[in-house]
Amino acid sequence: MSLEGFKFTKDHEWVKSEADITTIGITDYAQKELGDIVYVELPSPGDKIKKGEACSNIESVKAVNDIYTPVTGEITEVNEALEDTPELINQDPYGSGWIFKIKLESHEELDDLMDQEAYNQYLKGISKE
Amino acid sequence: MKTTKFNKAHYILKGKMIDFFGWDLPVQFSGINDEHNAVRNTGGIFDVSHMGEIFFKGREALEAIQFITSNNAAKLVPGKIQYSALLTERGCFVDDLLVYMIDENHYLLVVNAANSEKDFNWITEKTSKFSVEIQNQSSEYSQIAIQGPVSEKLLSQFVDHDLSSIKYYHFITGQVRGIDSIISRTGYTGEDGFEVYFKSSEDQAVRLFLELVEKGKAEHVVPTGLGARDTLRLEVKMALYGNDIDDSHTVLEADLGWILKLKKGEFIGREPLLKQKETGISRKLIGFELKEKGIPRHGYPVYVDNQEYGMVTSGTFAPYLKKPIGLTYLPIGKAEVGSEFQIGIRNRKVLARVVDTPFYQRK
Repeated sequence: MSLEGFKFTKDHEWVKSEADITTIGITDYAQKELGDIVYVELPSPGDKIKKGEACSNIESVKAVNDIYTPVTGEITEVNEALEDTPELINQDPYGSGWIFKIKLESHEELDDLMDQEAYNQYLKGISKE
Repeated sequence: MKTTKFNKAHYILKGKMIDFFGWDLPVQFSGINDEHNAVRNTGGIFDVSHMGEIFFKGREALEAIQFITSNNAAKLVPGKIQYSALLTERGCFVDDLLVYMIDENHYLLVVNAANSEKDFNWITEKTSKFSVEIQNQSSEYSQIAIQGPVSEKLLSQFVDHDLSSIKYYHFITGQVRGIDSIISRTGYTGEDGFEVYFKSSEDQAVRLFLELVEKGKAEHVVPTGLGARDTLRLEVKMALYGNDIDDSHTVLEADLGWILKLKKGEFIGREPLLKQKETGISRKLIGFELKEKGIPRHGYPVYVDNQEYGMVTSGTFAPYLKKPIGLTYLPIGKAEVGSEFQIGIRNRKVLARVVDTPFYQRK
């Protein structure tokens, strides 16, 4: 699958920036690792969040996982569909399973993230461990 | 890490492996929800070889068991099984266990994986005055559980015995694919099912596991990991040692009074429990549901009248009932069905309500 324009973090979040708005979700690898997702605790629109902060929680049957925002800015929108259908993250992590949107303070933070090729390399490293 | 004789099968079946108290075991195969619901609707196959098997043999085997367990083992007859507990001097749990009566003067005690050494040491120390030989054969025995409505149909293809004649909490000795086994109608899921104990080579064990999975496919039976084992037992409020029962809660507080037989004679923990039975308990293990969004987890704080009281002992999103459920101890007076209290989930306090248990009961 081609993920043109997507950037990735070592914590397995993805970030896609279009004009003013940046969308954040978790990667296919992350949703598979988590297993069946049964609950998502979303941030609130208007929340100001800093790079590296935990701002959302995703829970599978067995585990709770923090979602760290890889960028700084203000939350503009959250994916409310996840409240009743959290499994969207399992079914379509890069599409309808997006988690929240954020208005970036600075686009420079995006430069620190991996592109798809670098992320794939990173995953290969993980599976060898 | 310790491995069971089925270990290779888990890798062949692409199980997601974890370190479970030092054992390399699968937490899931296809997914906890899938596996959980397969067991409720059809069936699942579990490697539970990490459980401990301790044999009692000798003239005073029964007396020794009576002295260290809370239930009345004198009620057993050969081929019958009893749920019971090893208690501390204060009437709390060393462990919970199953007692199998094999024959007169010959018993099998099945204990928790994480406790098998602790239990064995406790047992041998406390039974030293009895004429009984106690053997910990945990490392030699494999155990496989076949659980769910189709388990009898599936396992029947592997044995030359009529399984329908085995009643719940009874067992037979017979052969499973030519391997001498103890076949017992028991389980930790709330469904009909069997637990099979045997000694075999690794090859035999792996072949049996894979063959059960293969033959099970036709009935939508799946290999099942520890994740679903935990959610299945919680939906039927079967206690887990280390979570819901431990050495600081008594058997009465754990709401397991039915495995406490105070009139059977002297046994470890009896005195304080006699007293507690008379004065009454001050707290009790209850089941609850959440009235607001969230999932309760082991260790989350519990607030009664806004005061921190204790913690969630077990909690999960229940895959069959499709709602968040959990267990905790509450003070008597606040522990009745319908009582409300709060659970701390991260920075929120979430409303919870005491409900009837088991949460799920098979029809």
